[in-house]
Amino acid sequence: MPELPIPSVGQLVFAAVALFTAISGLIVVASPNLFHNALALVATLFGVAGLYILLEAEFLAVSQVLVYVGAIATLITFAIMLTRSMMYGRTSPVNRQWGKAAIFAVLFFAVLLGFVQGIPWVSNMAELPSSQETIVALGMEFVTTYVVAFEVLGLLLLVALVGAVMLARDN
Amino acid sequence: MREHWSEAFIGLLISFGLPELLATILAYAIGGFLLVFIALNSALILIWITRKVISRMQDRIGPNRVGPFGLLQTGADAAKLMSKEDITPTEADKIAYNLSPILAVFGMVMLWAVIPFAPGIIGADLNVGVIYLVALGSIAVMSALMAGWGSNNKYALLAGFRVVAQLLSYEIPMVLAILTVVLLTGTMSMASIVGFQSLTIAGFNLGFGWLGFLMPGALLVFFISTLAESELTPFDLLEAESELIAGFHIEYSGMKFAMFFLAQFVISWVWAAVVATLFLGGWQGPFVDQLPILGLVYFFIKAYAIYVLQQWIRGTFPRIRIDQMMYFAWKVLVPLMVGLIVIQAIVQKLPVPVVIQYALIFISNIGVVGIVINVLTGYFRNETIRTKRSFQPRSLIGTMQPAE
Amino acid sequence: MLSQYAFILILSTLALIVPIAAITIGHFLGPRRPDPVKNAVYESGVETIGDTWVQFRAQYYLIGLVFVVFDVEAIFLFPIAVAYKSPEFGLFQVIATLFFILLLVVGLLYDWRKGALEWQ
Repeated sequence: MPELPIPSVGQLVFAAVALFTAISGLIVVASPNLFHNALALVATLFGVAGLYILLEAEFLAVSQVLVYVGAIATLITFAIMLTRSMMYGRTSPVNRQWGKAAIFAVLFFAVLLGFVQGIPWVSNMAELPSSQETIVALGMEFVTTYVVAFEVLGLLLLVALVGAVMLARDN
Repeated sequence: MREHWSEAFIGLLISFGLPELLATILAYAIGGFLLVFIALNSALILIWITRKVISRMQDRIGPNRVGPFGLLQTGADAAKLMSKEDITPTEADKIAYNLSPILAVFGMVMLWAVIPFAPGIIGADLNVGVIYLVALGSIAVMSALMAGWGSNNKYALLAGFRVVAQLLSYEIPMVLAILTVVLLTGTMSMASIVGFQSLTIAGFNLGFGWLGFLMPGALLVFFISTLAESELTPFDLLEAESELIAGFHIEYSGMKFAMFFLAQFVISWVWAAVVATLFLGGWQGPFVDQLPILGLVYFFIKAYAIYVLQQWIRGTFPRIRIDQMMYFAWKVLVPLMVGLIVIQAIVQKLPVPVVIQYALIFISNIGVVGIVINVLTGYFRNETIRTKRSFQPRSLIGTMQPAE
Repeated sequence: MLSQYAFILILSTLALIVPIAAITIGHFLGPRRPDPVKNAVYESGVETIGDTWVQFRAQYYLIGLVFVVFDVEAIFLFPIAVAYKSPEFGLFQVIATLFFILLLVVGLLYDWRKGALEWQ
């Protein structure tokens, strides 16, 4: 007798979170109201944070919520409100190129699927270290192995601060 | 560390013959429901406290008719709001308008998940608890923006923008103050931070190793930021009645308004509880190791004391202007906290005994307290002079001078 | 670790259901007598003139940008703060951290000098 494919709780939760993320993502591109697009984007980012948690990437998940939901989403909403012509909502979600874009999206999906199929996934993962250890290791990595990248990031943030003034002055 | 509440509870349910999965879900659901229930119902007592405290400051008695000491007044108000018409203004953005009050309550309740009430009594002891707090706190920003945008009202939109600007500005000093705590304790878990604040002398836990004693500067900055985050005076320019009528929830009525009202009061208590947890030892206190239930008592006394302090400030201080709000956040609190973090980072790596390190941290914190108090008194002194001058009777002749 | 988040998941479901239920009950308990004046926008009894969604000041956007930078900085400093007390965290690491903070301080000072932190 073949084994019935009864999904585990983890799989069900994953399916629910993934579905939530995908549907919100669809609303982002399909809704004609710009503000609703931004709200759906927030929901999508929340869903992605949920996926990170399912991958036991706890710190990444809260960072995702803090930076993307708390800051970037607000900034995007501000940007929408700044552009006067866009404030009256209704923009068309399609333009002349949408047919070509759809074909490329499907092709891109096929390529991704091919890659994912090709990877030999490890099915029996060893027990992960506790998240406290993970965070400590992460903090150490920033200032040892990836110290150059870390300082370049600091430089990038400095450039962002300088650029912010330039941008706002133009307005 | 004491075991998490859910372990004993799940064990109990399994002993009733439930399968483990079902027992886990049931235990979490009951725990979660209890948390939501307490979170929402604490609004009844919180609003009563606010009214009583502010009434006393304004030489009034406050609610005293419904129930003993007017305790049931808030319940009566809730019943009234429930029977009110649910009005949606024309041309409102229906989705944003209706989602906003739900999100306000959602964001508030989610914060309760990481507050340690007593040893082992914490919704979810996350290893990233403090960042979770700040991250979920930003749902309030989204909610305000949605209400402001969705109401199709100029005042609401204006207030929404002010809320966002204020919450964003004060989130930075708040995060930096939390960073000083994490730097010292080496953990982001709320329960572990409380555990760090024990003070054991000769095998007896006095429970007075409060971080607030060591870092009064960070405590003060964090407390001021919580006032701004919970939109209380002197940071209530977002709902300034005389300018914006009520704030971003001006167009809401009935239960939707009640949701905003409730979320606002409970969220200020949540921040008070976080101040108590991070800086005043949470449930730590004498004899708490012997009698864990005392922890619950200590925690609630501390949290409510800070809540009353918040309301006291609310009843006393004048409102600040938006430029002052920005100035204070970005030019006073943020530089001070960055300086404090740099000093603390250096001090903690100095090759000297811990006692000297702590002494140096304490001294630098006192400096921060001094500067903040100095800025505040300077501002409020100017404000007092200005107010007095505007009330001074002027002679009619004096004002009728010919133009120069 | 995931069990803690299972609690968060269940709590978030409850935290959504309860306000939705409260608002729905309130919606059906209250009267429903809409009329155009009542549903009009409330602006202290004055007729609304022009659009609601007026263009707002760029200053708000600037605050948002500065906030994002500091938020990202803080989120990178948190794991470092957790690892800070470990003995492997030596002098080089301390200097690297302080340099990172210094870059941000320079940015803050620049914005300060340019008047970006002032409300005009």
